[in-house]
Amino acid sequence: MSSLTVTDLTKSFTTTPVLTGLDLHVPSGSLTALLGPSGCGKTTLLRLIAGFDDPDAGTVALGDRVVAGAGRSVPARRRGIGFVPQEGGLFPHLSVAANISFGLPRRQRRDGGRVRELLGLVGLGPELADRPPHQLSGGQQQRVALARALAPEPSLVLLDEPFSSLDAALREETRLAVAEALRASGATAVLVTHDQAEALSMADQVAVLRGGRLVQLTDPRTLYRHPRDLDVATFVGEAVILDADIRDGRAACALGSLALERSCPAGPARVLLRPEQLRLSAPTETGPVARVRSVDFYGHDSRVWLDLPSGVTVSARLEGTDVPVVGDAVTITVRGAVLPFPSDPAGPQHSREGTAPAGTFLDEDVSTEPARVS
Amino acid sequence: MTLALAICVAALALLPLGYIAASTVDVGWAGIRELVFRPRVGELLWNTSRLVLGTVAVCAVLGVGAAWLVERSSVPARRVWHVLLVAPLAVPAFVNSYAWISLLPGLDTYAGALLVVSLSYFPFVYLPVAATFRGLDPALEDTARGLGLSSWAVFRRVQLPQLRVALLGGSLLVALHLLAEFGALQMLRYPTFTTAIYDQYRATFNGAGATMLAGVLVLLCLGLLLAELRLRGRRGYARTGGGAARPVRPVALGILTLPALAGLAALVALALAVPLASLGYWMAAGASAGLDLGLLGATTGTTLGLAAAAAVAAVAMALPTGWLAVRARGRVATLLERSAYLGSAVPGIVVALALVTLSIRATPWLYQTVPVLLAAYAILFLPRAIVTVRAAVEQSPPVYDDVAASLGASAPDRLRRVTLPLLAPGIGAGAALVFLAVVTELTATLLLAPTGTTTLATAFWSASSALEYGAAAPYAVVMVLLSAPATVLLSRDARRGLTT
Repeated sequence: MSSLTVTDLTKSFTTTPVLTGLDLHVPSGSLTALLGPSGCGKTTLLRLIAGFDDPDAGTVALGDRVVAGAGRSVPARRRGIGFVPQEGGLFPHLSVAANISFGLPRRQRRDGGRVRELLGLVGLGPELADRPPHQLSGGQQQRVALARALAPEPSLVLLDEPFSSLDAALREETRLAVAEALRASGATAVLVTHDQAEALSMADQVAVLRGGRLVQLTDPRTLYRHPRDLDVATFVGEAVILDADIRDGRAACALGSLALERSCPAGPARVLLRPEQLRLSAPTETGPVARVRSVDFYGHDSRVWLDLPSGVTVSARLEGTDVPVVGDAVTITVRGAVLPFPSDPAGPQHSREGTAPAGTFLDEDVSTEPARVS
Repeated sequence: MTLALAICVAALALLPLGYIAASTVDVGWAGIRELVFRPRVGELLWNTSRLVLGTVAVCAVLGVGAAWLVERSSVPARRVWHVLLVAPLAVPAFVNSYAWISLLPGLDTYAGALLVVSLSYFPFVYLPVAATFRGLDPALEDTARGLGLSSWAVFRRVQLPQLRVALLGGSLLVALHLLAEFGALQMLRYPTFTTAIYDQYRATFNGAGATMLAGVLVLLCLGLLLAELRLRGRRGYARTGGGAARPVRPVALGILTLPALAGLAALVALALAVPLASLGYWMAAGASAGLDLGLLGATTGTTLGLAAAAAVAAVAMALPTGWLAVRARGRVATLLERSAYLGSAVPGIVVALALVTLSIRATPWLYQTVPVLLAAYAILFLPRAIVTVRAAVEQSPPVYDDVAASLGASAPDRLRRVTLPLLAPGIGAGAALVFLAVVTELTATLLLAPTGTTTLATAFWSASSALEYGAAAPYAVVMVLLSAPATVLLSRDARRGLTT
């Protein structure tokens, strides 16, 4: 295994730029998630790394070895990069065992022990070895595809939205098995996904892509707590965004005067909270009083929609079963500090205050990207 | 490279059409007026169109009725009926008409022709309609019943609109086949364009008269083909929502079960039992006069050899076109694919006429040789090969190539270990379809076969034309036996292989 370094990578299809000067470093042995909405160029990036397409400019290096760019292009078959496509892509005319041993040297292909070992690595039993792929469930197919990619001991494994075609229950189970297998094999891995929960839960570091550029590259906790801008904030999780006035190191907003996570110049700004930071209690004289508009009850927790006196609607995540009912008046207190973003009069303005659902970019400038390069 | 090959294939396919167009220009307007605008052509037009309309109507009623009974009603032994209703396809239309006219010489009328060709062609409607019935979401019918509709109202207001595409497609197929039909109608002495072209050709060899008749026939075919292209471009109705369709609860027929069974039995008896019984009768009658097994064997051998060569040629020609149609989707690929379809919509008699004349004029050393005959087969049956090859290429998306490359396989390795194994079933199916079509091909073989080369169809034809029904029977029996496997294939996978 080795690290992956992508430098200033650029790629256009006909006249549409898809990647514009992208830099990325994936340390050896880590799992990095490429997170972004459809059309942000993440699959294109994956194909350039794998060697299925050539970049217009920039370089791709595995460890110290440049495999693309700077006047050279190593063909995909000599890069030693494992690839797990979206739906698994198991060869339909070959058995599970023949699929797994496809990339092995001819002598090792008949070695049943190696196939059993790889099946065990991805958490499957040896009895599946002789089955044709179409007799496997979607999750099993993905695991076999991973075993096939890991078999030649690649220096890097690329996974292209491997769980998106699975239903929710299977997805969780497959995700755990894949993470386990990647860890056990010690492989360096890059996972493309548009599911922020998947990226946050599986990856050692998350690279957020937007409009063909890398916006932020960091570990999941930092990404969630310190997103670079409000777009990234809403993309990686549900967010409460409020207009605020920064004065004396505190933010004055619809939820009162709140502590700041970091310093911010005085003046107008927007502040970011996560719904789990809001706490509700019986109405008191001190805090702002809000009215419960509706409650989404999930069992393990609930989302409570609250109308603030200012007319803004925000949501709070509450654990347990002690949840207010519609029409209740409650007082909101905020736990922890909020993250301020100074208003930039020249930049794009988010028009609405309140809660933004996870997985969306507020700023729709990405929608001009072609959908086909997702 | 692939593109150049595909262009060559399209050019060959369009050769007969080009010939007809060029001769029309040669003949000039005055010639056209003299040769086309005359009472004889009007008579042929009337004969042809009333036969096409009548047959399409009868086939539509028989096909839809039988499909509803088999797919949606409680009639007993539905799977058996399904096979029996597809089985008439194993009997070539000219064999069917031989079987009828040899028993009932009085069938040489409009009604007789209508009866015989309808019995031969109704499976072309039955197959796609039955397949569509199977694909319909039964939940829609349940919903309609829940809204208070009767079984008849459900059929008329829910099922029929969804069957429209299959029904129209099947009807167009019947019409196109009928326009190209020569053997069956010649045997029934029912004059249409094909028989008239053949007679003209026999009388004047390559006169302008035959070519102009062919021109009118080609125009009719192109009109139908345009209709089919428009239809194919339009999508059918898709099921909304995912998940598996629940099994259908058949409509209980109650006291109507017996009449329904009687109807199906009568249809199968007329379409299948009569021709087979007639063949059996003439087999027995001919056997008493002595059966030349050696000649039969030699003729079968010649036929199988020609069919195998044609199958290889057609599949080889279909590969570049089918590959481009999937992997390089675009206007050029579509144009090339359509050219191949267009070329083979031309009736066999016209293709043969064009190749006879062109080979005499341009390449006399090729006249009446096997390559020209194979070229005619390839032009006529190319779409069967393209449809299956194309479907196979679709089964092998580029992702497999990518994965194999990432696993270290070189380009020749990928072709050997991934692409070819994935394409093999489609290539095999395409070759089988062409093979079976050639085994029963009559018209082009009659005109193009080298002197002394006899196939099952032409041997059968010369014997039955001389009214030696007993001597003709063994060739017909061998053809039916060879066609039977294709029928089994069709009854399993109804959407395949119907596009001719």
